[in-house]
Amino acid sequence: MTELLTPLHLVFYVFAAIAVCSALAVITVRNPVHSVLSLVITFFAMSGIWMLLRAEFLSLILLLVYVGAVMTLFLFVVMMLNIDTEGKRTGFVNYLPFGIIIVLLLMGFTIASVGPEYFGLAEMPAPVAEAANYSNLHQLGNLLYTEYAYPFEIAGVLLLAAIIAAITLTHRGPLRRKVQNVHAQIAVRPEDRLRLINMPSEPKQKGA
Amino acid sequence: MPSLTEFLIVAALLFGLGIAGIILNRKNIIVLLMSIELILLAVNTNFIAFSYFLGNMTGQVFVFFVLTVAASEAAIGLAILVVYYRLRHTIEVQDLDELKG
Amino acid sequence: MDNFLIYIALITALLPLFGALTAGLLGKRLGRQSTGTIVIALMGVAFLLSCYLFKVFVIDGHPLVDEPFYTWATAGVMRFDVAFLLDRLSATMVMIVLFVSLMVHIYTVGYMADDPGYTRFFSYVSLFTFSMLVLVLADNFLLLFFGWEGVGLVSYLLIGFWFDRDAANLASLKAFIVNRIGDIGFLLAMAAVLMYFGTLSYHDAFIHVTDVVGKTITILPHQEISVITLICLLLFFGAMGKSAQVPLHVWLPESMEGPTPISALIHAATMVTAGIYMIARMSPLFEYSDAALSTILVIGGTTAFFMGLVAITQNDIKRVIAYSTISQLGYMAVALGASAYDAAIFHLITHAFFKALLFLAAGSVIIALHHEQDMRKMGGLARYMPITYATFVIGALALCAIPPFSGFFSKDIIIEAAKLSQLPGASYAYYCVLAGAFITPLYTFRAVFMTFHTEDRTQVSLRGKIHESPWVVLIPLIALAIPSVVAGEFLIDKMIFAHPSLLGDSIFVLPDHNVQNAIPDFHGASLMALEAGKTLPFWLAMSGIVTAWLFIMKFPRWSESFKKRFAWLYSILVHKYGFDDFNQVVFVQGTRESGELFYKVGDVKLIDGVCVNGSGGLIRWFAKVGRQLQTGYLYHYALAMVLGILFFLAWYM
Repeated sequence: MTELLTPLHLVFYVFAAIAVCSALAVITVRNPVHSVLSLVITFFAMSGIWMLLRAEFLSLILLLVYVGAVMTLFLFVVMMLNIDTEGKRTGFVNYLPFGIIIVLLLMGFTIASVGPEYFGLAEMPAPVAEAANYSNLHQLGNLLYTEYAYPFEIAGVLLLAAIIAAITLTHRGPLRRKVQNVHAQIAVRPEDRLRLINMPSEPKQKGA
Repeated sequence: MPSLTEFLIVAALLFGLGIAGIILNRKNIIVLLMSIELILLAVNTNFIAFSYFLGNMTGQVFVFFVLTVAASEAAIGLAILVVYYRLRHTIEVQDLDELKG
Repeated sequence: MDNFLIYIALITALLPLFGALTAGLLGKRLGRQSTGTIVIALMGVAFLLSCYLFKVFVIDGHPLVDEPFYTWATAGVMRFDVAFLLDRLSATMVMIVLFVSLMVHIYTVGYMADDPGYTRFFSYVSLFTFSMLVLVLADNFLLLFFGWEGVGLVSYLLIGFWFDRDAANLASLKAFIVNRIGDIGFLLAMAAVLMYFGTLSYHDAFIHVTDVVGKTITILPHQEISVITLICLLLFFGAMGKSAQVPLHVWLPESMEGPTPISALIHAATMVTAGIYMIARMSPLFEYSDAALSTILVIGGTTAFFMGLVAITQNDIKRVIAYSTISQLGYMAVALGASAYDAAIFHLITHAFFKALLFLAAGSVIIALHHEQDMRKMGGLARYMPITYATFVIGALALCAIPPFSGFFSKDIIIEAAKLSQLPGASYAYYCVLAGAFITPLYTFRAVFMTFHTEDRTQVSLRGKIHESPWVVLIPLIALAIPSVVAGEFLIDKMIFAHPSLLGDSIFVLPDHNVQNAIPDFHGASLMALEAGKTLPFWLAMSGIVTAWLFIMKFPRWSESFKKRFAWLYSILVHKYGFDDFNQVVFVQGTRESGELFYKVGDVKLIDGVCVNGSGGLIRWFAKVGRQLQTGYLYHYALAMVLGILFFLAWYM
């Protein structure tokens, strides 16, 4: 019993509950801004859980990069697009039970397969506490810059590609803009603008 | 320390909610993209949990990369969304059936 | 000496070919006069060479010469050569063919004088002569077949000579197709010969006949048939097509659409006798198959009698003579069936003369009347065309077997042979040819009287302008009339009763089939002619002439009342026993209907509908169903993925 209610457990349960509830909120609330904000809360909660798992660097990176950059981006986009908050609701109710059943089945199966008989504390004990000068960053850096240096560089290139792609997609270039070309305007000649045609004159029609 | 099972259960719940967000979503694409983020989050959690309990740093390195890719994918996805919105002036999921066979 | 003779034979065969090529390719440039002269000159030289060959082989009795020129192909152990066989039979046939051909060439100058296809005609006739010579001179089945097909082809070309006439085109097609049907039998026979004898050469096949005699072949399950009988029946089937035996005779009357010279050459003297010649040549094979000989007897007899009956009702002068030809071919077949091969060839020779004469004389009448062929519009021409009349009557008398004309001798021998033969079917054949001896003069003299006697029924525009044909037409008539008178008397002794006969060992007869030896008491041709009064066929012939005279000349009303009284018989004869109608309904329309059926059901419904369109339709259906999956909605796809995951999870749990 006492094993169950260590402070660590409590912390874990609180964070877990927050995460699950806000995840639920992400997919159910109507207002998209609220959706995004709920997602942010989810990320915060998960960051806490990661901290419990001694992944300090990554949990903070989660907050900095994910919440700070990606979620902000989401928020920007949500604000920029004029989204109709109500939307059509037809069809939602029809599929809802079916979809819920599917999802519940999925979750049930997954949970059943990660039961304590394989992954309980008996089979997979928690590792011993690390030494005082344990630095997660240090360890990660060691691995990243030696064994996984190549994938690291590729990840950099990937980010570059993503940047270029995103800009190329959304950039409304000169094709759409109407700009003045001053030099061309000054270099115009009268012949380019006016053409005189010589036609024989016609006699005036009677009564016209 | 909670056992591995509990961490995995949390991840599973988040994963399921992400899936639910994808297939039950009728409102707009933003929710779809966010559900994808949820799924990725769940997977990352799995990795971290296993990395801790097995004492292997490889899991965390992997999470590092997954984060990178997820960020770039979110950026491009949103870029596409913006361009599409400019064209069709709607992001209702039900209207996005150009590829209907 | 042998080589020299072979080369003579080769030149004899090639001269007409050369003439054909000249006339065909250079005819327009050389002009009518020159073309005609060149071709006739070449034919003349060929004829003289053939006379020389006749002298060497028949009169001087040179042993046979069998030399290959050229190996056409080899296939494993089989060799197919171009080789000529020179012996008594082939030398005789070559001379006859070239003589009649030469006469026809000369006749053509007058007959086709105002026809635009003059040079083309000469080319075709020479080509025909070449093919026929190859057929006769061949020493193996394959070369024979080459000539066989060649004459069939040229016959098609010549019957359809006036190609702007529908009837001519249809007739030429009919001739070719019916011939082709016979050729199927011939090809199968060749295959059987090749299979069992291992060779297509006559000599090699004939020396092995006794080895093959006992063998049988299973045609249908539980039905075995002797190989020799099968080969002979198939060969005879081929001969039926060429020599117009019932039921493959239907093409010959239609072939009268062609110009008269070719009716004389092809459909009287040469092509139709190719079948008879072929069977005589294969006598070593036929002798060993009683069943085949009986078949020939029965079919020959049927042809001889029943076709003669049809000739009585015909009004076109050429058709009368055509049916007469079919009937006489039946006589020759009867002779073959009775193993009297010499008699058959003898009748072939005499028939070539008098039938060609009859056709050419009829042609003379036709051009004098400006291409009028209906006898009901002739009459009383005897005083305007005396020479034509005289030669026509000579030919008629020869045909009716009146002594001492040639036909008497040959036909009488055939009737005797049929009487003496012991094979099943011989007595039927005997009665048929005997009855034919009455019918033949009946239709022949009906034609004579209607054309040359009785009152003048010609068109008004022609009266007073009918005159004898030019000399270039009359010379062949006279030239053919002479042998029609004397050939029989001359040849009968040497052909039938001499030992060895004229044809010597070209013919092979088994001793117990040899009816010719059994014919009693021959004391010379003249005596035979004088004693004709004692024989039944002579009186039948006489009564035939008298009947014709009564019905046509004396009491024409009798023919009318006869026609009315026996209207059913008349209609059967006019419809030629329904052969043509049967062919039209069963084969022509039947083929068309089944073709339509195959088209509508097989082609349109099955192949186009089920296979081609159906497979397309199937794929379209699949696509239509499969398309439902592609809704374009992302969450549907995601749902599919999730369901997949669920399935996997369920599976592995």
